[in-house]
Amino acid sequence: MSDGDNVLITMRDITKTFPGVVALDHARLTVRRGEIHALMGENGAGKSTIIKCLTGVYERDSGDVHMEGVEGNIFNHSTMDAQKIGIATVYQEVNLCPNLSVAENLFIGREPRTRLHTIDWKKMNRMARELMERLQIEVDVTETLENYSIAIQQMVAIARAVDMEAKVLILDEPTSSLDDKEVEKLFVMMRRLKDQGVGIIFVTHFLDQVYEVCDRITVMRNGKFVGEYTVSELPRVKLVAAMLGKEMNDLADIKGADSGKELGDLLYEGEGLSHKGTIKPFDFTIHKGEVVGLAGLLGSGRSELVRCIYGVDNSQTGSSRMEGKPLKIKAPIDSIKAGMGYLPDDRKADGCIGGLSVRENIIIALQARNGLFKRIPMAKQIEIADRYIDLLQIKTASRETLLSQLSGGNQQKVILARWLATDPKFLILDEPTRGIDIGTKTEIQKLVLQLADRGMGIVFISSEIEEMLRTCSKMLIMRDGANVGHLDAKDIELTQENVMGAIAGGETK
Amino acid sequence: MKETWSKLRKQPLFMPILMLILVLLINLFKDPGFFSIAVKNGVLYGRLIDVLNRGSEIAILAVGQTLVIAVSAGTDISVGSVMALAASGGCMVLAGYGNTSVTGIVAPIAVGVIVGLLFGLGSGCINGLMVSKLKIQPMVATLIFFTAARAIGLLLCNNQIIYIRYEPYKYLGNFLPHVPIPTPILVTILIIIIAQLVLKRTSLEMYIQSVGINNRASRICGINSDMICFICYAICGLCAGAAGMIASSRIYSADSNNIGLNYEMYSILAVALGGNSLAGGKFNMAGSIVGAYTIQAIMTTLLALGVSTDQSPVFMAILVILIVVIQSPVFKKWMEERRVRRAEAGKEAA
Amino acid sequence: MANNRQTAVRSKKRVSGNNLLLLITIVLFIVMYAAGCIVYSAKGFTHFQTFLNILITNAGLICVACGMTCVMLTGGIDISVGSLIAMDCMILADGMTNKHWGAIQLVIFVMIVGVVWGSAQGFLVAYMNIQPFIVTMAGMFFGRGMTAVINTEQVSITQDVNKLFYGWANAKIKLPEFLGYMGKKHRIAPFIRPSVILALLVVVLIFFILRYTKFGRVLYAVGGNETSAAMMGLNVRKTKLCAYILSSVLCSFGGILYCLNTMTGSVQQAKGFEMDAIAAAVIGGTLLTGGVGNVIGTLFGVLITGTINSLVMTNGKLLSSWANIMTAALLCIFILLQAIFAYIKKRRES
Repeated sequence: MSDGDNVLITMRDITKTFPGVVALDHARLTVRRGEIHALMGENGAGKSTIIKCLTGVYERDSGDVHMEGVEGNIFNHSTMDAQKIGIATVYQEVNLCPNLSVAENLFIGREPRTRLHTIDWKKMNRMARELMERLQIEVDVTETLENYSIAIQQMVAIARAVDMEAKVLILDEPTSSLDDKEVEKLFVMMRRLKDQGVGIIFVTHFLDQVYEVCDRITVMRNGKFVGEYTVSELPRVKLVAAMLGKEMNDLADIKGADSGKELGDLLYEGEGLSHKGTIKPFDFTIHKGEVVGLAGLLGSGRSELVRCIYGVDNSQTGSSRMEGKPLKIKAPIDSIKAGMGYLPDDRKADGCIGGLSVRENIIIALQARNGLFKRIPMAKQIEIADRYIDLLQIKTASRETLLSQLSGGNQQKVILARWLATDPKFLILDEPTRGIDIGTKTEIQKLVLQLADRGMGIVFISSEIEEMLRTCSKMLIMRDGANVGHLDAKDIELTQENVMGAIAGGETK
Repeated sequence: MKETWSKLRKQPLFMPILMLILVLLINLFKDPGFFSIAVKNGVLYGRLIDVLNRGSEIAILAVGQTLVIAVSAGTDISVGSVMALAASGGCMVLAGYGNTSVTGIVAPIAVGVIVGLLFGLGSGCINGLMVSKLKIQPMVATLIFFTAARAIGLLLCNNQIIYIRYEPYKYLGNFLPHVPIPTPILVTILIIIIAQLVLKRTSLEMYIQSVGINNRASRICGINSDMICFICYAICGLCAGAAGMIASSRIYSADSNNIGLNYEMYSILAVALGGNSLAGGKFNMAGSIVGAYTIQAIMTTLLALGVSTDQSPVFMAILVILIVVIQSPVFKKWMEERRVRRAEAGKEAA
Repeated sequence: MANNRQTAVRSKKRVSGNNLLLLITIVLFIVMYAAGCIVYSAKGFTHFQTFLNILITNAGLICVACGMTCVMLTGGIDISVGSLIAMDCMILADGMTNKHWGAIQLVIFVMIVGVVWGSAQGFLVAYMNIQPFIVTMAGMFFGRGMTAVINTEQVSITQDVNKLFYGWANAKIKLPEFLGYMGKKHRIAPFIRPSVILALLVVVLIFFILRYTKFGRVLYAVGGNETSAAMMGLNVRKTKLCAYILSSVLCSFGGILYCLNTMTGSVQQAKGFEMDAIAAAVIGGTLLTGGVGNVIGTLFGVLITGTINSLVMTNGKLLSSWANIMTAALLCIFILLQAIFAYIKKRRES
């Protein structure tokens, strides 16, 4: 490395395993003084794990961490250890106390004291005001923090870190809940800190932002280090390719058999659907037997879009129709009754009901559609459960085994079975193949195609583009909470390069 | 043999029943005649019958409390007070407002009992609304009724104890004519059967567990989780109403200060003793009911040992703390670590 | 930057929901008191002494509510206070009457009981991660039971039993005469008891602790966001433990003041006191979710519950349970208000 003098932190050969998963596999990261360093990767790439290993939330299994000015190999056992040597983190959800004043949030735990050892409020407010002036943040330091926007709160969090003499500042997706203007303000502050010699690690999903403020990028995939690049030398498409992986160069075997298939009748159409704060209003249509892929990076709004269609969160706007009949969706049960199914991306929080048996997990959505009083007879339940255990080859000791005792892939199959049991007309699959072995992945893809052949409309979301290329006949491209275009299988344009280019956006070649 | 034993140990009812047997054994040692049952004056007599009879209220409350704990990971601490409110409401209707001691009644007994049940149901519904719709912590919401229900009860009785010295009113809490089994036992059996029918014939049991385990996922599966939560609190209130009417009939009066005293604690303890986690989710109704009778057995034992009813809460409180500590993840983790350390030490020694 | 300034200005203009709650409380107190003065002027409600009597009767409650505020700031709750007071009173009364111990020794002993009590509850909540409600509920029944273990009878402290304690209870501090009212011959000077001064000192002390010590601010931080507080390097567990100790110590102190007012010890004493204390804190603007509140508000909360009691007493015809119901209703309304404000805030944010 030519600029070896400037290096603040080097992490080498970091490995971290959790039971059953290798989260980090010889990963590495180098941060230099006075640079903004983007850390990028899709879900499960290991971004947050490597950061947690650095800040002491996790303890790494092996590997070296060296920091300028600190002797030897660093082992942080808690975030406090990390703070002591100058590594501070600011998270997307601001880790401050919303009920305290700005000044207190800056100084709590190290308040200036009077001679009587009581808190010196005057001095504290004065110091806070000075600090805020120095960083050019205009706030009233005596005001309660929660009265300010998230952006300001984030800046206060950064100010606290800076005042505690952070040499390395980690910003973990700070911009996810900010609007454009607020992001701009944050960037001004980041640049100022950079000029002061702070090394900033910036974790984000937004490509535009990376190209706006960052100097270097480290890309990770599947817990492995993919490469370190200088921003100015890395075209967007290459970045996306690095993030998504391009093992599959052979585009020939991508389906084609049914790309010429006639479209069925119109199944679902939504107009002006939106969810305040996450995605901009969009229109969406799907036909019978069509598999629509939603392509986009994590945080691009692809998951929010389907949540909106299904009505997971209450504040839905716009109108929708199923087979021409207008829908009124207040709660998920309305969607189920209309013939929709939704496999959520967060399996653990939104999908699994771990303490119930496999059988109950399979029939629960069907039961909910039937209603509380029309209990499905046990014989029927067993029949349904056995059918899907057999069909999807769910590996379970018995149908009465608790779902929490199954492996991730089998849990996912059970949740898929839950929706298939309701025999939906319109099925939404958000990352159905995440964390699942290759064999199962292929099975699920095949199943999706079979279902589509039977006339089901399917929305398919995946972080792996080739998977979508294999299954989808149309792809919508999402970027920054908006639908930015679509690619059709009928045209020849549905190739990996094209999709990546569309996802990356912003660059005209 | 060993295999059967380990299989037996894994049964969910193993611990509760073992506890019950232990308590009963202690009694047997103290009083060999504990298990003897005799027929005197055409009715059953015996200590065991006594435990079953006296434990009825706790068992009925435990049915409701189990559902509340399962669905919301919180407890309804108002059940004891609601018992008193239901008793006062029912007796007021029977005796007429303002009367303190009557030998005849102004309304049919059925009306009085139904009014009492409605008072219970109403309290349960208000609790349910506060918890499910307003998202107030269950304990805080029910704390309001914990104090207010007794006060309202006193108000209904004009600050006095209403006595209904009318023979048929005693049937509910004592004996029906020509029936040798105490009525509370019959009522409890009836309530348990109804509860089982409701839970098993509809899909309520699965819904409750599902909401208790993962509220968000249940909603996505199409379950109206707020409604399920509300229903559980309403059922719990109804159970408290029934228990209150039995307790009132036993002493043929409405004593708002003393009916159901400490019963909130007993009902929670019954659920915990039955092997149910106070953190919600899966539940085992049978365990709770066994737990309820265990508590009554403990109380009967304590009473036989000369501990007054005022003093017995000390033991119950200690028992509750012991159970929650054993259930707590912190304790489990600590035990696990200890086990691992021991195993390692054993390995090193070898 | 212009935009930035705008946000700053806008935030100033917003009346924060929490201040509004405190404002409502103060206005409510004034309106209630004024209404009392108008309606019951013939019964002497307008006398300054009536106001002082509210303070005298509620000196104990003031201390307990201050402790409760500290616990509630961390997002916890302590419903064992009523029983702890009953136990304290019984220790004092029984100790003096039957065991002939000195007043000073007993007072010290009661304070030690408070420390031990708080440590046990605090340990279970902070270090074993058990829900505060379950822990303190067990405490509630344990305390009530222990009271009965010490003595099941009602014990009164008379002049013969302990002169010193009797002297404390009956000490009067006369205020200037012009504050008083005309008796038959001359102006009767209003008076307070030393307990009022002690209670007000506690308020000042806790106010000072909450505002000017690190411990006080960390209490707020823990209640505001526990994870954040831990991430900022604050010792969350120790703070919680200390909060429960503080609450129990203040409760024991309040128990002594309460005993000076009632001069008895009995199992039935101070029932529903936890409700009064929680109501006082909540009415005074302490959020159930923690992080917001102060003892000045709590003091007004106590005054409101005290005024309700006083109004019911002055009326003479109303049943005393009305006071309980009114307090519960008021608590209910304030909890609703809190829920509404929280909802509005959430809407405004999204």
